[in-house]
Amino acid sequence: MSVPTSTGGRIARIALNAYAGLALLYLFIPIIWIVAFSFNEPKGNYNVEWQRFTLGNWADPFGDEALTSAFVESLKIAAISTMVATVLGSMIAIALARYRFKGSGGLNFFLVLPLTTPEIVLGSSLATLFLDWDITRGFTTVVIAHVMFQVSFVALTVRARVRGFDWTLEQAAQDLGASPLRTFWKVTFPLILPGILAAALLSFALSLDDFIITLFNAGSLVTFPLYINGSFRVKFPPEVNVLASVILIVSVALMLGGTLWGARGRRKTTA
Amino acid sequence: MTTAVEDVSTESNGVKRPELIGLGALVGAGALLVAVGTRLLTGPFAIIGLSLVFASILALVVVAVTGTPESRRKIAPYGLLKPGMLWLALFYLAPLFTLLRLSLSTLPSRFAVDAEFDWNFGNYAEAFTDFGPQFQRAFLYAGIATVLTIAIGYPLAYVIAFRGGKYRTLLLGLVVIPFFTSYLIRTIAWRSLLSDQGQFMSVINTLQLDWLLETLQIMDDGRLINTPAAVIFGLTYNFLPFMILPIYVSLEKIDVRLLDAAKDLYSTSTAAFAKVVVPLSIPGIFAGTLLTFIPAAGDFVNSLYLGSPNTTMIGNSIQDQFLVQNNVPLASAMSFVLMFIITVFVLIYSKFFGTEDLA
Repeated sequence: MSVPTSTGGRIARIALNAYAGLALLYLFIPIIWIVAFSFNEPKGNYNVEWQRFTLGNWADPFGDEALTSAFVESLKIAAISTMVATVLGSMIAIALARYRFKGSGGLNFFLVLPLTTPEIVLGSSLATLFLDWDITRGFTTVVIAHVMFQVSFVALTVRARVRGFDWTLEQAAQDLGASPLRTFWKVTFPLILPGILAAALLSFALSLDDFIITLFNAGSLVTFPLYINGSFRVKFPPEVNVLASVILIVSVALMLGGTLWGARGRRKTTA
Repeated sequence: MTTAVEDVSTESNGVKRPELIGLGALVGAGALLVAVGTRLLTGPFAIIGLSLVFASILALVVVAVTGTPESRRKIAPYGLLKPGMLWLALFYLAPLFTLLRLSLSTLPSRFAVDAEFDWNFGNYAEAFTDFGPQFQRAFLYAGIATVLTIAIGYPLAYVIAFRGGKYRTLLLGLVVIPFFTSYLIRTIAWRSLLSDQGQFMSVINTLQLDWLLETLQIMDDGRLINTPAAVIFGLTYNFLPFMILPIYVSLEKIDVRLLDAAKDLYSTSTAAFAKVVVPLSIPGIFAGTLLTFIPAAGDFVNSLYLGSPNTTMIGNSIQDQFLVQNNVPLASAMSFVLMFIITVFVLIYSKFFGTEDLA
C-alpha cells in the first residue's frame, strides 16, 4: 500500500500498528505467565502467587510422579492418534485436491462438520456410543476420539497446503515410464511431505492439549490436561509450568524447522 | 482445479459407471457402518452389514489391481477417502444417532445406569425449563466474545497482511504459538492474573480504576475474577487465533493493485478500506465467526475457572449432568439442543458463504 502523506494519515498508521502490537501482546500474556511461573518457588500447593525465583523446578521436572505418568499417557495417545489420523487425513486431502469426482461437494461438507460441532457434543455423543456398546472407556477410546477430530483437521490442513501443487508433474513422471506407485513415492510424496508434517505437528499438539472430548471418554485414564483439572482443587505444582514450557519450546523449534524446510520445498517446486 | 490429466480421462469415453460404483460403495458402506454402530442392525444382520462393508473395500482393491488405468483413476478418490470417511461414519455420525436415541430414553430409577428408549420427550422439556439461563448465557457470552475477537483480531490480521512485509510468516507464527501451550493452563494463567492478589488487580488498585471498571460492569464487588466479564474475557482470549487466521487468509488474497486502482480513482484510504478491503475479507470474518462462536458456545472451561455459579454456561451443565449426576438422557437432550441450534446456524452460513474458506 502506498504511504500516506498527511500527518493525520501517519498518526493513524502508527496507532493501528500500536493496536496490533497490543493485540499480539494480549496473546502472549498467559504464555509469559506460564514460563515465568515455572521459575517460581511456591509457598503452598498452589503455584499461582509469585514468591521468589528458583531453578529448582527445572532441575526436577518429573518430580511429581502422578503428573509425569499422566504426561506420558498423553504423549502415547498423541503419538498413536496422530499417526493414524495423518495417514487417513492425508489420503482424504489428496483425493479432494487431486481429483474431480462425483459427490466431492457433499463429502467436503461432511468433512467440515466435525470441526463445526462443539467439542462437548463430540465428546458426549461418542461417550454414549461406548456406553451403548458397554465398552469400558480408557486408553483405546481416547485414541479413537482423538483420531476422530484429527482426521478432519489433517485433511483440511493438508488440502490447503497441496492446493497449489502442480499435478502435471505426475503425468510427466509417467510419460517417462514411471509406474503410478513409483510416481507417488518419488515425485508426489516428497513434495507434499512438508504440508503433511506441518498438519501432523499441529494435530499432535491438539491431541496433547485436548481436555473436553477426553474428559468424556477417558473413564479412569488420566491424561496431562485431566490431571491438571482433577488436581486443581488441591494443588497446582510448578512442574505443570515446566512441562508446558517444554512443550512450547519443542513445538516452536519444530515449527521453525518445518517452516524453513517447507520454504526449501517450495523453492524446489517452482524451480 | 482441472488439470490436463483429468481432461483426457473424462473425454475419452463417457463411461460413468466406475465413479458411480465408487461413490455408491462409499456412501453405502458408511450408512451400513452407522446402522451397525447404532444397533439398528443387530445379530446376523450386523454380520451381513459388516461383510458388505468389507466386500466394498475388497472390490476397491480388486479394481486397483486388475482394472484399466481409466477405471482405476476414476475409482482412486473413493479409495483414498474410504478409510477416513468410514472412521468418521462410525465415530462421528453414529454417535450422534446414539445421542439422539439416548436423549429420548428414560432412566428406570435414579441409580440405574442403562436408560430405556421410550420416546421420552420429557428430557427436552427439562432441558429448556431447567437450563434456559445456561443456554442464554452460552449464546450471549459466545456472541460477545466473537464480536470482541473481530475487534481485536481484524486490525492485527490487517497489519500482518498489508504491513508485515518479509516478517509476515514470523508474525503469523507468533499468532499460532498460543496453540502450543495447554488451553487449560492458559486459562489457569488468566485465573491467577485476574485473581484478587493478581497482577491486574494491583495495577487497578494503584491507578484507582476500580470505580470505572465497576461502572462498566467489568468488575463486580471489587473483583475481576468470577464475573461474567472474566468468562467472556477468557473466551475471547482462547478463541482469538481462530478469528485472526481466517481473516488473514482472506486479506492476504487481496490484490494490492485493487487498492492502487481505488487511489488512482481519487478514493480516500478510508473509502478504499470500506469498499474494497472489507467486502473482500467477509469470507474470512464469517469463517472466523464459526470457528470462534461454535466452540465458545459449547465451552465450559472458561466458566469453570474464571466464573462463578452465576456464570455457568450450557457446557458446564451438560458436563455436570453427564459425568457427575449420571443423568445421561438429560445431558444428551441438552447436547442435542445445543448442536441443533448451532447446526441451523452453520447451514445458513454455508448456504450463503460456502465452506471452502473454513480450511
